[in-house]
Amino acid sequence: MLTEFGKIFVFILLAVVFVLIALFAAKLIRPSRPTKEKMLIYECGENPVGSPWIKFNIRFYVVALIFLIFDVEVVLLFPWALTYQDYGFYGFLVGLVFLLVLGLGMAYEWRKGDLDWERGIISPPILNEILKNKKAPLKINDSENQITEEIKA
Amino acid sequence: MSILEIIIITFVKILFIITAMLLTVSYSVYFERRISAWIQTRLGPNRVGWEGILQPFADVFKLLLKEDIVPEKSNKPLHTLAPFIALFVAFSTYAVIPMGPEVTIFGYKVNLVVADVNIGILYVLALTSLGVYGITFAGWSSGSKYSLLGGVRASAQMISYEVSMGFSIAGVVMMASSLSPVAIVNSQYGWMWNAIVQPIGFITFVISAFAETNRLPFDLPEAEPELVGGYHTEYSSMKFASFFLAEYANMIIASAMIVTLYLGGWQVPYIDKLGLGETLTTLIQVGAFFAKIGALIFFFIWVRWSIPRFRYDQLMNIGWKVMFPLSLLNVVWVAVVLMIFN
Repeated sequence: MLTEFGKIFVFILLAVVFVLIALFAAKLIRPSRPTKEKMLIYECGENPVGSPWIKFNIRFYVVALIFLIFDVEVVLLFPWALTYQDYGFYGFLVGLVFLLVLGLGMAYEWRKGDLDWERGIISPPILNEILKNKKAPLKINDSENQITEEIKA
Repeated sequence: MSILEIIIITFVKILFIITAMLLTVSYSVYFERRISAWIQTRLGPNRVGWEGILQPFADVFKLLLKEDIVPEKSNKPLHTLAPFIALFVAFSTYAVIPMGPEVTIFGYKVNLVVADVNIGILYVLALTSLGVYGITFAGWSSGSKYSLLGGVRASAQMISYEVSMGFSIAGVVMMASSLSPVAIVNSQYGWMWNAIVQPIGFITFVISAFAETNRLPFDLPEAEPELVGGYHTEYSSMKFASFFLAEYANMIIASAMIVTLYLGGWQVPYIDKLGLGETLTTLIQVGAFFAKIGALIFFFIWVRWSIPRFRYDQLMNIGWKVMFPLSLLNVVWVAVVLMIFN
């Protein structure tokens, strides 16, 4: 007997076969004349500089972590959403407490600023010291002025 | 019904759905181009066939005959796998979407859905989450900076909006007390459409659907002025076509999901009270399903050509600070409404 999940399996199988046919049919009839320039990655027509796997913003990692927490909570919410009406007011209260804890967790993250995409720039301590103690940059300027004056002279 | 008959009926349904899907996908591309031209007072594609009606076929043949360029520095197995995942995921989701009530064709009772599984909504959620892999693999394996940034942006955006999408769906599940799309459609009898009962959830779901399908107010992953083509910068030929088809297929799935979950699926309010006869009623209901999907696709296109793109921090702030609390509020709202009326 073909169950409903069996039908889904047949559907997925046919979808895979179809996609494979589409990709391989193209392989048979299209030309293939690779040159060195064609195989380069696109970088506005210039020769690519450095490794393509560049560093990206750490914020993406934080977003992934927050997602992990809340998505697990979505998974926990679904069984409750299906059955809470069988338990009457008790089931309703249990869900409400769960949602309250969830809301508190979100409020905490909000307060901590983890939901902000743009955060204030945190400058390294050394830079702060230099900025406080303005003599250092002034000295450099002075010496530059001296050099230019010497050149003029 | 014997097992052979069931298998034949299933095959006919699957083939019908895959063909219908391919046609609707390629024609939604055509309609997008025509409607965008109409919005911007241009002409749009109007040369191939009557008013450009054969344009999708010309595009497919062009893409079939194009050379496939795989960059030397790319990770080749993943580079090939990515478009495959994207298209396969977009295809498989159609299996659980109900298009009409149970009908009798040539003496056979046929349910107008390929598979009426009791966890259909979870199936759709699981598969659409898999779609993130296609885009992330594409971005990472291309070995291009634009692709990498596009892929990372896409995955961050899709997972951010998936949370509010999940919470919005939880509201629908509470109303229907079932995860089966057929039961959810049946629960929205008359004017009990979920869009009317839980408007907040409807709005959050629609906006999340826009973000999940990477459509324009949220098309940061492939923002042309800054990232060239985003995650599919390094794709050409049929592999590019796969991403393109998957994008439009996802748009149609999103419309079908909005219709199924919030706009009553194939239900037309009180049509069965008019006494039109079974065949005519069914035809009107199936027609209504496709008309609703068509209207939503038009809405998707309309929004794309009317609203400018968000900045990335705005996108993330809307996702976490507006959509997420609103969808949480919706769950509470539905729970309270159900407690009061039951």
